Amino acid sequence: MSAPFETVEGFSAFEPFAPAPRAALLPSLGAVYRAQLSRARVARIPLMFVATFQSLGILVMMRGVVGAHDTEAARDVVAGSAVLVVAFVALNLFAQYFGKLRATGGLDHYATLPVPAASVVLGTAAAYASFTVPGTLVTAAVGCAMFQLPWVHVWIVLAVIPLAGAALAGVGAALGLLAPRQEIATLLGQLGMSAALLLGVLPASHMPTALQWLRDLLPSTYGVEAFARTFTARPDWAAVAGDLAVCAAVGVLSLALSTWAYRKAATRA
Amino acid sequence: MNTVAAEPQAATATPATAVCCALRDVVKTYRVGRGAKATHIRANDGVSLEIARGEVFGLLGPNGAGKSTLVRQLTGLLRPDSGSIEILGHDIVRRPELAARLLAYLGQESTALDELTVRLAVETTARLRGLTAAAARGVTAEVIDELALGPIAARPLAKLSGGQRRLACFGAAIAGPRPLLVLDEPTTGMDPVARRAVWSAVDRRRREDGVTVLLVTHNVIEAETVLDRVAVVDEGRIIACDTPGGLKAMVDGSVRLDLVWREEAPTGLPLVAALAGRATVNGRRWAVRAEPDEARELVAEVTGGPAFAALDDFSLSTPSLEDVYLLLGGRHEGLEK
Repeated sequence: MSAPFETVEGFSAFEPFAPAPRAALLPSLGAVYRAQLSRARVARIPLMFVATFQSLGILVMMRGVVGAHDTEAARDVVAGSAVLVVAFVALNLFAQYFGKLRATGGLDHYATLPVPAASVVLGTAAAYASFTVPGTLVTAAVGCAMFQLPWVHVWIVLAVIPLAGAALAGVGAALGLLAPRQEIATLLGQLGMSAALLLGVLPASHMPTALQWLRDLLPSTYGVEAFARTFTARPDWAAVAGDLAVCAAVGVLSLALSTWAYRKAATRA
Repeated sequence: MNTVAAEPQAATATPATAVCCALRDVVKTYRVGRGAKATHIRANDGVSLEIARGEVFGLLGPNGAGKSTLVRQLTGLLRPDSGSIEILGHDIVRRPELAARLLAYLGQESTALDELTVRLAVETTARLRGLTAAAARGVTAEVIDELALGPIAARPLAKLSGGQRRLACFGAAIAGPRPLLVLDEPTTGMDPVARRAVWSAVDRRRREDGVTVLLVTHNVIEAETVLDRVAVVDEGRIIACDTPGGLKAMVDGSVRLDLVWREEAPTGLPLVAALAGRATVNGRRWAVRAEPDEARELVAEVTGGPAFAALDDFSLSTPSLEDVYLLLGGRHEGLEK
């Protein structure tokens, strides 16, 4: 037998062989973000229309029930519908995406690259959040016009989207990665979005106490409240900042959870 | 010859410094089903292997033999129930995260890359392998050029044919330097041009950089032409391990006579009845191993006598690795010729 080992002199005889360096967090996050954003252009634009039309539909429907002008209900409806676009993408689509990636073995690709788990989850979440921006802005603008609310502080959605987006995307990714089957991941994502819809759009003061507690547990609630507060004549900026801080804190926790879930899913037996 | 059938064993004894991968007594069991109906399947049943640096080493076996399970443990994706796995001196069972820094892996699925364009899939993978943006762009251009992916570089993987998609994924796997390439059925669905591009890219890396290649295949021709050594895997065990030539020497001297009957084999004829006892029967197809002289006589008898009327086709061939597999007691017909 001829052992064909003539070509091994490219390696030193010293053991162990030094492994290649890890990919750093931010550059790989950027690479994932860029790739996901390009992917979104191809595959996700139709879904963005769905998300936006869904929220616009809810605005029209609620307009029949809730009066215009500066009422608590009008503020909640507009803020809730706008944040719903984020919830649709971050919870529902994200749970589906990671559920599919796990079920089809696509996670192996990332798991055999020396890339931090956080880069993959955060990069993907950031890309998903980015393409909710137009839909959220359109919904907010249409809502302001329909319910005759002031536009001046609509810019706050640019803070609400990443913070509420991070909180919800973390939950969505964790659902997708931990669900035992792809269909269950999809189902959980749908349920989460339904919760965000019902608990976010309907005015809290009309709800039974048990539902109000549930509402307080939902990370998107704080995004909705932060946005709703800015419609008043003189917004309570401290309360807005407080709500956004809750979003940010939940975002950190839920992204940590999803990073853990990613590691668990990528190396599961 | 350093192989004995049906006995789990170390493949060779190469000097420690020349070893790239060393697996010892790797056992992996899966649970199938739930609750009381659950059964345990031994995907790997005490596998031991040594792969030398710079070697193109193959795992050959039918689908479900346990080849992919074995490489998934080597790549740190699965943890073995017991046994040890070392890559270039690192303990992969204890530190599975090191695998990603030592090897590049081409799995069977492409879902993570499907919606990216070929260029972006290769470039992103290179970035995630730790290359700088400029280096990743450079290596992407090289890979696209080397594999002749230019015409499809701007198209998303999901829109390509199976073979083209596989080639793009192979491109992603070789983007960025790694001393070990683990390729799980890399050429599935590829046309001959793409296959040639893959093997010349593999060969170049082996020749110029001393890269070691672990290849999973169920394609006999591929195994015979590209591998330095091959381990034959069946039902979770390595039943033989040698060079393709060394393995074929085990069945040397004999050739294979394939007979394809039109309908039922005419077992009423004495000649055919005598053959029935020693043939490997697969539906209308019979395979008989015989010494060359005897095989010639058999052909003459079968084609000259009354059996010829019932015969659809026949062929005589020199032994292949599939014959080795069958000789060693391989119980499946899943190898691709």
